[in-house]
Amino acid sequence: MADDLERPAEPAHEDSEQHLPAPSILPFAFAGGIALILIGLIINWWLAVAGGVLALLFGFAWIRDVTRDVRAAPEPEPVVAEEPVSELAAEEEEGPEEPERYPRSVFLELSTLGIGAAIGALVTVPALGFMIAPAFVGQGDDDVDLGPLDNFPEQQYVIAQFNSKKDEPQDVGRRAAFIRNNGQQNGVPSFTIISNRCAHVGCPTQPQGLPGDACHGGAYDAEGNRVAGPPVRALDRYEFMIRNGNLVLGTRYSVGKVTGQGADAKIYAYKRYDPGQHVDGLEQYLWPVPPYEGGS
Amino acid sequence: MAKTKSKRQQQLEQAVMIPVDWLEERSGLVGGIKYFLFRKVPAETNWFHTLGSATLTAFLVQAVTGVILAMYYKPAPDEAYASIQHITNDLTLGWLVRGMHRWGASVFIILLFLHMGRVFLFGAYKYPRELNWLVGVILLTMALGEGLTGYLLPWDQTAYWATVVAININANAPIVGPYLGEFLRGGAEIGNDTLARFYSLHMLVIPGGLFALIGLHLYLVVRLGITAPPWTKAAGGYQEVGDGRALRKGLVDPKPRGNGAIAPRRPEA
Repeated sequence: MADDLERPAEPAHEDSEQHLPAPSILPFAFAGGIALILIGLIINWWLAVAGGVLALLFGFAWIRDVTRDVRAAPEPEPVVAEEPVSELAAEEEEGPEEPERYPRSVFLELSTLGIGAAIGALVTVPALGFMIAPAFVGQGDDDVDLGPLDNFPEQQYVIAQFNSKKDEPQDVGRRAAFIRNNGQQNGVPSFTIISNRCAHVGCPTQPQGLPGDACHGGAYDAEGNRVAGPPVRALDRYEFMIRNGNLVLGTRYSVGKVTGQGADAKIYAYKRYDPGQHVDGLEQYLWPVPPYEGGS
Repeated sequence: MAKTKSKRQQQLEQAVMIPVDWLEERSGLVGGIKYFLFRKVPAETNWFHTLGSATLTAFLVQAVTGVILAMYYKPAPDEAYASIQHITNDLTLGWLVRGMHRWGASVFIILLFLHMGRVFLFGAYKYPRELNWLVGVILLTMALGEGLTGYLLPWDQTAYWATVVAININANAPIVGPYLGEFLRGGAEIGNDTLARFYSLHMLVIPGGLFALIGLHLYLVVRLGITAPPWTKAAGGYQEVGDGRALRKGLVDPKPRGNGAIAPRRPEA
């Protein structure tokens, strides 16, 4: 113990500093070259060649950098007690004069945390993306062919059942719509096609005379306007087109209200919203952006 | 008694203690279990204090029966209902395990609320146990999430339409609602992916969280100890109110009324 205390601190300190290589960015560049080789092996061998060149270049520079002290072989520095300093003075100087250093342990701590976080993100981000993204992409309904127009007599509601998505089993994809042929208007066929899903929380409505919701007592008139109960808007409607003489359902859209009747009806149409969400009035700002595609 | 142990008794004791000691020396588990089970509790605990353990038991029943049901259940739209029928009607004791899981779910939720009520009425959520209350609230939410996701799995009409309604209620939350609904459904409508998604949430995601948070909950219980009921001396005690009566501390109006000087709320202050 006594020897430890008596040993002058300053020269030993200087000595250890000599062997530390200077901070360098080159190892990172070298590692980047190696990574490029590995990526290149999978993707394109030109990339691997470029990575190899980079790795060689930076590896060489790195080795040069690290061995500079050895190669230069500096003459022993004359710091070792040029003028004999008393032990007391040396100890006094050490405290205030030692420059603030970035300890190696902190660097290792931070780099371990940082690399761990990077690896964690590399694994989690794609997995989370797979968990979330498919629910929001490619969600439009398939077009549904409901057969020739003769199936729909004029001024009469017909209940049509169909699969909204072709790849889903009957029990899951089955939807129903109330379809009324309004006859020709200006030489163009006119249809009223109302979804049977209640605009309250999405129960099926039953056409007992007029659409009515069995779950919570919502009731609608022949144009799908709400007449009673908790629904916040009119029933949704489907776009339609005539293709080869057949009636084809397009996307579903939400309706605030309908004025007028049949072919003369004025439909206040909005993008498709979930049941229970207001599309007009002040409350619409509670749901500013519908996530669904389609509608107008 | 202890001195007059027969040789046979000593042998028996050793046969038990040697493996236990072996385990203790290498893991410290025996001491840990003793520390967990033989804690100091207030003298005046009562039956209401068992509600937490009862809830834990109900959860463990759900976990075990759920794992067993998962060996027979098929989370696909065209198979789910048939597999439930198979479990209930064909498999030996399937009706019992499914019944335990189905009714145990309600028992779990009911016990959770009773436990929560006990904590609230006993004031056991106060310092230093606020964090444990918060953890408990998250546990309650997750348990309700288990109820929501489990309800769809029988894949009958009730399950289907109840889930349609429940998801649409979720989707009516302002701003984030539509996205939450679409995430839960796995699309714009309940479809092929919804059942498997709910199954995964019900089987893996939420139970994992429940196990982790129950661990934290119990750790905090062990660390902080159990509260005595509020009417006991340990919890707050009684105080003289002047006319020879003693009332529970904190229930007495601290302000003097009329000319009768009632003891201050905190005599020591």
